[in-house]
Amino acid sequence: MLKTFRADLHIHSCLSPCGEEEMRPRALVNQAVAKGLDMIAICDHNSAENTAAFISAGDERGLKVLPGIEVTSKEEIHLIAIFDTQEDCTALQNLIYQNLPGENMEEVFGPQTVVNEKDETIGINRRMLIGATLLSFEKIVSVIHALRGVAIASHIDRQAFSLLGQLGFIPEGIPLDGLEISSRTSKEEAKNRFHSYQHYSFVWSSDAHYLKDVGRSITHFLLKETTSREVKMALHHEEGRRVMEA
Amino acid sequence: MTVFDIVNFFGLKIRAGENRLNEEVTGGYASDLLSDVIAHSRKGNIWVTIQTHPNIVAVATMKELTGIILTGGREPDSNTLQKAEEEEIPILVSSLFTFELVGKLYQMGISGMGEC
Repeated sequence: MLKTFRADLHIHSCLSPCGEEEMRPRALVNQAVAKGLDMIAICDHNSAENTAAFISAGDERGLKVLPGIEVTSKEEIHLIAIFDTQEDCTALQNLIYQNLPGENMEEVFGPQTVVNEKDETIGINRRMLIGATLLSFEKIVSVIHALRGVAIASHIDRQAFSLLGQLGFIPEGIPLDGLEISSRTSKEEAKNRFHSYQHYSFVWSSDAHYLKDVGRSITHFLLKETTSREVKMALHHEEGRRVMEA
Repeated sequence: MTVFDIVNFFGLKIRAGENRLNEEVTGGYASDLLSDVIAHSRKGNIWVTIQTHPNIVAVATMKELTGIILTGGREPDSNTLQKAEEEEIPILVSSLFTFELVGKLYQMGISGMGEC
């Protein structure tokens, strides 16, 4: 039995240097529930050290939280990776850490706060999470797939850090699972502007860095259950799963 | 001035497109955002960048650029080289960083676009 689920699959936490300090598990889960969401993904820049805490907080409120990472490729393209298990997500994080030079400058980029499921600070990440990895875009997509994850190009309608901004067009033969459109571009506009990429599924997400922005842009999925595997099936129109017109 | 003249002047390393160095260079463009290069570069331009992705070859072909100079000693990705050989787009490597290279190209008489 397939059902419609409301999903926001690109949300930053207080671990991202640019993420608001209030983006902590209980506060964010409460906000997502208040917005009527069924499923969210926590995707911090180049790290997944907060995802487990958000998953626990989500479990308490009946909100499905998927672990994810917004990876920066060496071409400075942002790419969303979403998984079903923390293990797979952490495996990607480990590869990123081996390929992520630099140390964060908190006074310039902001704090990178690691939290527990009760919103308490338990550490500070010292890496330069805002920086680019040494991994190519294609390599990251293939690693995500090897780890059973979903690979979505971030905010392709924006100039900064997007696949289209950095590389001009989508290289042929990249097995992306979807293209994310930001809240700045309406569904109608996106259809016209990205007509030549309509063989990819479009996903709308908030890319929220502030509590108030959670759920400002969402995607309706027709799925059996709220897993990244089901999301992937929907993005590829498999067995009745699909992205709904909303 | 031809691409070959530029190669000789700077001692650039030729990584691809050796047979296409006799083209006349009409001007230059420097940018690492390929969408920006698509929007603003002009036919016959030499392009200075640090992007090494295969898409640089497609952009150079589309915009009929005379060559790509990678700065800071960056080497092209292997599939970029392969594409560049197929499309006969010169890929040249400079040990200078972009700022110095562009400054020297400008001194040589290679001009840019003026104001946007």
